[in-house]
Amino acid sequence: MKNEFKVIANLIERDKKVLDVGCADGTLMKYLKENKNIDVRGLEISKDKVQDCISKGLTVIEGNAEKDLSQFPNKSFDYVVLNQTLQAFLNPELVLNELLRVGKKAIVTIPNFGYWKVRFHLLFKGTMPITKILPDEWYNTPNLHMCTIKDFFYFVKSRDIKIFKSLALDNLNTSVINEKNLGVKNLFADLGIFLIEK
Amino acid sequence: MNIEKHLKKLIIKKPLKLDCGKTIKDFPIAYETYGSLNSKKDNAILVFHALTGDQFVTGLNPITKKEGWWSYAVGPDKAIDTNKYFVICSNVIGGCMGSYGPSHKDPENNKVFGKNFPVITINDIVNAQYNLLEHFGIDKLFSITGGSMGGMQVLQFISNFPDKCKTVIPIATTSSHSAQNIALNELGRQAITADTNWKDGNYISEKTNPAKGLAVARMAAHITYLSKKGLQEKFGRKLQEREDLKFGFDADFQIESYLRYQGSVFVDRFDANSYLYITRAMDYFDLARQFKGSLSGAFKKTKAKFFIISFTSDWLYPTQENKDIVIALNSIGADVGFVEIESDKGHDSFLLDIPEFLNALKNFLDKSYNN
Repeated sequence: MKNEFKVIANLIERDKKVLDVGCADGTLMKYLKENKNIDVRGLEISKDKVQDCISKGLTVIEGNAEKDLSQFPNKSFDYVVLNQTLQAFLNPELVLNELLRVGKKAIVTIPNFGYWKVRFHLLFKGTMPITKILPDEWYNTPNLHMCTIKDFFYFVKSRDIKIFKSLALDNLNTSVINEKNLGVKNLFADLGIFLIEK
Repeated sequence: MNIEKHLKKLIIKKPLKLDCGKTIKDFPIAYETYGSLNSKKDNAILVFHALTGDQFVTGLNPITKKEGWWSYAVGPDKAIDTNKYFVICSNVIGGCMGSYGPSHKDPENNKVFGKNFPVITINDIVNAQYNLLEHFGIDKLFSITGGSMGGMQVLQFISNFPDKCKTVIPIATTSSHSAQNIALNELGRQAITADTNWKDGNYISEKTNPAKGLAVARMAAHITYLSKKGLQEKFGRKLQEREDLKFGFDADFQIESYLRYQGSVFVDRFDANSYLYITRAMDYFDLARQFKGSLSGAFKKTKAKFFIISFTSDWLYPTQENKDIVIALNSIGADVGFVEIESDKGHDSFLLDIPEFLNALKNFLDKSYNN
């Protein structure tokens, strides 16, 4: 299981209703269902991964977040989770607005392009960075809109989105991000996790 | 052919008021079962057949001597595992495999109904089938499923009896017949009624058979069950047992020969008036209309778990029409899963051996049953 799944799960209280957007093979959904008694649904674009979810007994809808979130009523989930996918959408702002409309709260994780290994890679190798959480080459990456923790932090603030919690993940270490340590966290965290509401 | 000895029948004594206003009573429902009902009576699955299907879901159909229409999906260790589940399927009313239909005699004048049989709807069909639950003493079905018109019955059944099913699996279906669907059905009906042997619906008493008309209806419909790509790959422009074109109107092409064959075998097992009545029931189906235009209204009272399946190359009931059902369910927070299966076999995909489809069906059922 990915490191961030436990951190995400810790942000969600027991017995809640959760939508996992881009739920992949359903690992997080299964964990939430079994450990926190969560009523969890998934939205996934890959047919193979949808089959994985069905074989785990999970409720999944095959679909595209950029089009198919519109079918869910306002605030119909306690939490909507979007893990490491925002940067892959054509229009991330639209998706973010949809997450915040459908969910009472949203949990969004960002692979941090400001991570020191990413910066070093570009600085010294001069080629597009490849790291553990950004494993693809420039020509086959699904990521269209990479951003840093700092970018996302300021973006959210500028859109009057309330940040309940922002966490930096550096391998297995979790720490809180605030305005004062933003520069440091932006350098040393490979993943940012944001609990937000609008 | 004496088919009666192969048919299990339930006589419904209770009057059933039909949508057309007429009431029927003391009418037969022919059904078949597979597997066994457990002591808790919680393993029953009601399967609904499509337009030309019947109650013989799997194994050898005793009437046609061919494999049942859903043999790939239903049987021991199959997706709908009859070692585990008790499968019930009944012939729809209006049909011609033992259930009350236009080839039966009108009790009022002892003449064959023909087109005097009341026009029935999908709603009437499922209301009639509901009697099977009482017959078997089943309070709650584990699941209901069916493809095409079977899927329409699934949707109508859960709408009418919201607390009678744990899981609901509509496949390759729609909540409302489109103009194109109605047009295609009308083509079939016109072919039948244009056959002079139809005799205004009285072909049984006049000892004729509108076989030509029914065969044309079947041929036209059969095209709609396949995809352009599937047809092209299977037949292309291949010629039928000849080296070159014959410059005539015999079946030069394999596709022509195939369609003629499909038409000819169909008329041996199907009743022309049943074809008229059942296609009419499909055309009248519009679930949202029953709820003031809101499809969600049909599902508001149920807590059942839905799983909807469509196929990429199905142009008769395309993915979007299946997705509209998903959207209606999501808009009221219902528990709904959805998958579109990749297949170039068209609408007929739900009847075929498509592993992704059968695995999804099996996994959904088995996981839901164990939960």
